[in-house]
Amino acid sequence: MAPPGPILRMRGIGKRFPGVKALDGVDFRLLPGEVHALMGENGAGKSTLIKVLTGVYDIDDGEMELEGRPAAFSSPLAAQQAGISTVYQEVNLCPNLSVAENIFIGREPRRLGHIRWKRMRHRAGELLHRLDLDLDVSAALSTYSLAVQQMVAIARAVDVEAKVLVLDEPTSSLDAGEVAQLFRVMRRLKEQGIAILFVSHFLDQVYEIADRMTILRNGRLVGEYLTSELSQVELVGKMIGRELADLERLEGRPLARETGPLVEARDLGRAGAIEPFTLTIHEGEVVGLAGLLGSGRTELARLLFGADHAGTGSLRIAGEAANLRTPRAAIHRNLAFCSENRREEGLVPDLTVRENIVLALQAARGWTRPLPRRRQDELVAKYISALNIRPADPEQLVQNLSGGNQQKVLLARWLILEPRLLILDEPTRGIDVGAKAEIQRLVAELSDGGMAVLFISAELEEVLRLSHKVGVLRDRRLVAEVDNDEGLTSEVLTETIASGAAS
Amino acid sequence: MTTMTVPGLGALPRKYVPILVTALLLAGMFLAGGVRYTGFASGQVILNVFIDNAFLLVVAVGVTFVILTGGIDLSVGSVVALSTMVVATLLKDGWSPWPVMALVLVIGTVLGLGMGAIIQYFEIQPFIVTLAGMFLARGLCYVIGTASIPIDDPAFTAFAQTRIDLGGDLWISPSVVVAAVVVLVAVYVLHFRRLGRNVYAIGGNEQSAMLMGLPVARTKVTVYAISGFCSASGGLLLSFYMLSGYGLHAAGMELDAIAAVVIGGTLLTGGSGYLLGTVLGVLVLGLIQTIISFEGTLSSWWTRIFIGLLLFAFILMQRLITARRR
Repeated sequence: MAPPGPILRMRGIGKRFPGVKALDGVDFRLLPGEVHALMGENGAGKSTLIKVLTGVYDIDDGEMELEGRPAAFSSPLAAQQAGISTVYQEVNLCPNLSVAENIFIGREPRRLGHIRWKRMRHRAGELLHRLDLDLDVSAALSTYSLAVQQMVAIARAVDVEAKVLVLDEPTSSLDAGEVAQLFRVMRRLKEQGIAILFVSHFLDQVYEIADRMTILRNGRLVGEYLTSELSQVELVGKMIGRELADLERLEGRPLARETGPLVEARDLGRAGAIEPFTLTIHEGEVVGLAGLLGSGRTELARLLFGADHAGTGSLRIAGEAANLRTPRAAIHRNLAFCSENRREEGLVPDLTVRENIVLALQAARGWTRPLPRRRQDELVAKYISALNIRPADPEQLVQNLSGGNQQKVLLARWLILEPRLLILDEPTRGIDVGAKAEIQRLVAELSDGGMAVLFISAELEEVLRLSHKVGVLRDRRLVAEVDNDEGLTSEVLTETIASGAAS
Repeated sequence: MTTMTVPGLGALPRKYVPILVTALLLAGMFLAGGVRYTGFASGQVILNVFIDNAFLLVVAVGVTFVILTGGIDLSVGSVVALSTMVVATLLKDGWSPWPVMALVLVIGTVLGLGMGAIIQYFEIQPFIVTLAGMFLARGLCYVIGTASIPIDDPAFTAFAQTRIDLGGDLWISPSVVVAAVVVLVAVYVLHFRRLGRNVYAIGGNEQSAMLMGLPVARTKVTVYAISGFCSASGGLLLSFYMLSGYGLHAAGMELDAIAAVVIGGTLLTGGSGYLLGTVLGVLVLGLIQTIISFEGTLSSWWTRIFIGLLLFAFILMQRLITARRR
C-alpha cells in the first residue's frame, strides 16, 4: 500500500523581519496520522515556521498546500477553520472561565443565539472522556493544574475537526507522569488520523513519540528524517552545525593556574528549574556551560547570581558562605551577570551608550552619590576603545547600535564594576562573526587578567575554544564536568549532550 | 481550592464570595438603620433607594461591561450631563420627546463607539481616552449652554410624576422599571450570548482570547458603545428625575459608578464579577445616603467618606481573595 499523501505541504517558505531572514526556502510536509517533530536550536526558525503555518504571520516567499489545495491563512482563526489547530507552550486559555467554556467558547452550541449551557457541558464531558480525562467541566479552569489545562487546550484544539494539530513545546512545564498522559492523548489522536506537529527541546520525548522529524538551522532546512534512522548524536550535530569552524582557534590557551576557588556551589538546586549541582569556579578560570536550550544553562547561572532563590544546597564565594537572595547581594560580592536577553533585561534602548555603561556602577554607588561627569567620560571612553564599540560616540542612543555593539555596551557596563566572576549568558547570539571573535578575544583577555568567567553558549566550538573546563547540561541536570584538554572535541561534547553519560 | 466553607451555608464557590460579602454588608446596614431610626425599616425606603439611583444603576451596568473586559470608562458622568443638556435644549426648541430620546441614545452610543475604536485601533490606554472623552462631553455641555435649562415637556413631566403602585402603600417610578429591564437584558447578554462570554474571556486573558479566535477588537469596541448607550439612557432617566438639563449634572458620577461596580465585587483587572454585584453596589451607595439623611445632622460629605472607606476595604478584600487563589 502506498503511503498516504501529505495533508500539508509547504514549499520554499521564506519569512523576513527587519534585518533578519527568519526563514529561507524551507520545505516541510506533514502526513496524516503521524507525529512529526520540528527540531532546531533557538532562533533556527521553528516558531516562525509554526506562526506562518497557523496564520499569525504572512508568508513572504513560497507556497502552502492543505489537502492538495493552495492555502494561505490571514489569521489564527482562518487557520483554525481550515483545520489547523495550535496549542502553545503557555496555556492560551482563559483561567476565569469554566473548563467547558474554554473548550467551546467562540463556537458554543446555540439556539437562536442563546447559549445552551447544558448541552455544552455535556459535550465537553464527552470530549474529555474520549481523551481519558475526568474533570468537573463547570469548574473554573484555574482550579486545575497546568498539565490538565494543557489537555483542555488540546481538547479545544481537536474538537474543531482538526486535521493538523500543532503542539508548540507542550511538555516544557509538565512532570513525567503528566507527559505520559499527554503522550497517551497524542497517540489516541494519531490513531484518528490527525497529523501532529510536535516541538520539544527534550530529545528523549521526541524519540519516544515522534515518527519523523524535520531539522532547521538558522532559518534553513537541514533535512527530514525518520526518527528511527537518525541517532541522537547525529541529530544534535545537525541541529548545532559547525558554522564557526572558519574562525581561527585562539592560540596558546593558558591552562588554568593553581589559584584558589572563587565560587563553590554545593548541591545547589531549585525545584522545577535545575537539579542540585556541584560546581567550582577558580579565579582566572573560564568555565563553559554546554547543553541544548532548555537544558538548564540559564537557570544554573541565575542561581549562582541570586536572581532565583536556591531551594537546596550552599554557595561559598571566596571561601565565605554566601546566601545570595538578590542580584544586588551578588553585585556587592563582585559577581556580574550579562543576561541572554539583552533587549528585554539588560539595555535601556532610549538611553545613550554612556548612560547605559555607567548604569550599574551608578546603581552600586547609590543615587545619592552621582558619578562625576568627567569620571564618566573617562571610563566610557576607555571601554569604548577597549571593546572597540562602534560608532565610538558615547552620546549615541543604544537602540541605534547593531546587536554586536549593544552586546559590548552591556559587557562594558559590568566590566567597569571590575567583577571577580563574570557570567555571560549567550553573549554571542545573534551577532555577526566579527563581533563574535572580538567578544571571544575579550573573554580570554579578562581571564588572563584573573577574572573568572562562566561562559554559556549554544555553540560548542565557541565553548571549546574559550573554556578551561566545560560543564554539560541535559534535561535540567549538570550531567558532566569535563576538563578542556586535547582529548575534548566537539564530537565528544556532542555525544555527552546527546547521551547524558558522564565521560 | 475552589470552595470555602461558610458557617451555615455549606460550601460556596469562591467566585461568589465578594458578592456575598456585599449582600451581607447591605443587610447589615439595613438592619442597623432599622434599629437606629424609626420609619427606616420599611419597604418604601428600599424602593426609594432604587428610585433615587435608577440612573446610576443604568450607568453602572455599562461600566460593568467595560470593567469586565479589563478597561475603564471615565466619560460616563459627562455623557450623562451632555444627554440631559441635549434633551432640555431640543425640547425647549420644540422637538417632540420621542425623536429627542432616540437622538440622545444615538449620541451616547456613537461617543462610546468612537472612544472604543480609538482605544482598540490606536492601542491607547482606556483611562486616557475616556478621560479625554470626559472633558469633551463636559465641554460640549457648556457649548450648548452654561445655565440650567428647565424641562417642561408634558410627556417628560408626566413620566417624572407617574407612580407605579405596588399595593400596600409601596410605589416605584417608571425609571426603576427601565433600570430593571436594562439590568435583566444585560445579565442575559453577559451569560447567554456570545458577546457576553467574549467579554469575560477578554477580561480573563486578552491574548488567549485572540488566539482562541474570538473577535477581540469588535467586542472591545462594543463594550464602550454599550457603556455610551447606558450613559445616555442614564442621562434620560436623570432628566426625568431632575426635569432640567445642566452641565453640572452628574459631576463625579463616573466615580460613583466605578465604586459601585468595585463594591459589587467585580475585579478591576477584568474577567470576574457579576451584574448582581453591581446592583448590590449601587444599593450600598444609595443606602449610605439614606442613612446619612436619616441621621439628619451629618453633612452629606460623610457619604463620600463612607464610600471611600468601603472602597478601600473591598479592594483589599479582592486582593486577598485573588492572592490566595494563586
